Amino acid sequence: MVGRIYMSLCVLLLIVIIVSMVYFVASKGIANFISGEVKLTDFLFGTKWSPEGETPSFGALPFISGSFLVTLLAALIASPLSICAALFMTEIVPGWGKKLLQPVIELLSGIPSVVYGFVGLSVIVPFLRDTFPGQGIGVAAGALVLSVMILPTITSVAADALASLPQNLKESSFALGATRWQTISRVILPTTLPAIMTGVVLGMARAFGEALAVQMVIGNAPFVPRSLFESASTLTSVITLSMGNTTMGSTLNNALWSMALVLMLMTFVFVLLVRMLERRNKI
Amino acid sequence: MALALTSVVALSACGNTNNTAATNNGGNNAAATNTPTENSSSGSDLSGSILASGSTALQPLVEMAAESFMDANSGVDIQVQGGGSGTGLTQVAEKQVDIGNSDVFAEEKLKDADAEKAAALVDHQVAVVAMAAVSHPDAGVDNLTKQQLVDIFTGKVTNWSEVGGADQAIQIINRPSSSGTRATFEAFALGTKTEDLQGSVQEDSSGTVKKMIGETPGAIGYLALSYLDDTVKTLNYDGIEPSVDNVISGDYPVWAYQHMYTNGEPNEVVKAFLDYMMTDEVQNGDVVELGYIPASAMQVQRDVDGNVTAK
Repeated sequence: MVGRIYMSLCVLLLIVIIVSMVYFVASKGIANFISGEVKLTDFLFGTKWSPEGETPSFGALPFISGSFLVTLLAALIASPLSICAALFMTEIVPGWGKKLLQPVIELLSGIPSVVYGFVGLSVIVPFLRDTFPGQGIGVAAGALVLSVMILPTITSVAADALASLPQNLKESSFALGATRWQTISRVILPTTLPAIMTGVVLGMARAFGEALAVQMVIGNAPFVPRSLFESASTLTSVITLSMGNTTMGSTLNNALWSMALVLMLMTFVFVLLVRMLERRNKI
Repeated sequence: MALALTSVVALSACGNTNNTAATNNGGNNAAATNTPTENSSSGSDLSGSILASGSTALQPLVEMAAESFMDANSGVDIQVQGGGSGTGLTQVAEKQVDIGNSDVFAEEKLKDADAEKAAALVDHQVAVVAMAAVSHPDAGVDNLTKQQLVDIFTGKVTNWSEVGGADQAIQIINRPSSSGTRATFEAFALGTKTEDLQGSVQEDSSGTVKKMIGETPGAIGYLALSYLDDTVKTLNYDGIEPSVDNVISGDYPVWAYQHMYTNGEPNEVVKAFLDYMMTDEVQNGDVVELGYIPASAMQVQRDVDGNVTAK
């Protein structure tokens, strides 16, 4: 009885915390639009970000597009690698392959962001600078750093999905005379695809919200980039760069909260996507 | 809300300890707002707690001075938090902290509707930080005039050869537009605000800025004097070398005060700490050791509008 009350109280507290956080971000995020200092359309579709200019403008499109660009690129780079790693661990060499790969990949998720950022700055940026035109800093560097960071998420979800696949499906496939490759490509992958996609979406959610590592290598110029090797910004990098320098309640500060609201809404979308994929998964 | 809560907890946690070493303190200020009770039995003993937040550039100095102050006054507890100049000014204006550390004058951050809040704050200038323009060592330039710097940072000049250097494209490593360091550089080196340029790079930590200027061919940026070393080339400004002596004498103009703001006149404990910041022990010790310039040594002073006068 006491345990039940205690648990109910904990759950209630949790709900209050979540609701108040959502309310806090939302109320600060829409303050500028309600007071009329910034128009919603100017914020979402404006390409000029110049909060300290003579006539301040708060166009967040460069940051929104930058966030989507690095997230999609990171998912494109990381997904094939992760899915191959998961297949290797579960289907190709389940024994030593799993023993070797799993801890290594789990290790990746334990490394702090700032270390990824520093490795990106010390290794990836000079490499890109020497290999491609431009200064190495930019969208490509950000996407590469992020793709390593989301590898563990996608790999572990995909590996779990593959491992939970009913054994008889594979056995019937082999019994019909299919090769291992045919079984993987025609039976295993199509059946587990929704679950693997869940991993990809979770990885994208992580990439979308990552701040520090990206901020160090992407350059943070408030423009829609013209090439992959040009300085750009993401929502998170702008928030972390500017938040401490602004005073609470100023238009710039509220504009940063609006970006935080965009990030939160995107997280809702990602969660919704995962839910939908899970539902498909059950059938 | 959460911050208010933490500060209340922090303040109430340290209360009426009275085992303090004696330190001189002068006035009894009525302005005490959210500070703990003073030990009434012995007026000269200090006890209480101080919460400071704000500029990360000033944080190491305040922390170091706080350590030695607490060693001498065991009844005093000082907590120093970062968060940025804007955060420090907001929190001190709303009385969530006792001291707000800032790289810029409060009037520059608290504008328009918030101007009243700035008027209530009392400025204590504890140190000076000077900045120099720096370039990648291979850019081939040792001096830039004010006009050349303006041309570079507004994108008019894009190659080092146009200002007498190597044939190398210029890569600007800037600070975010809200940064106090950038505001200082723009106000006193360029004399004008600049827009961000497409392809420019912005980083917020001095360490990262230095690393990138040292490694990126053709890079230009600006750093506090304490960060300068051989990995980057320090540029003279209008022929004047950015040295501590030139800053103190007023010959080199690119510098800014480090401010510690209180809301109204400080109470006894806070005042004792701020007085301690201005003692020779801190000014010629911690301040110099950490690469700042002592505010007490300056031969010129500057007001909020940028007017420089001899002290």
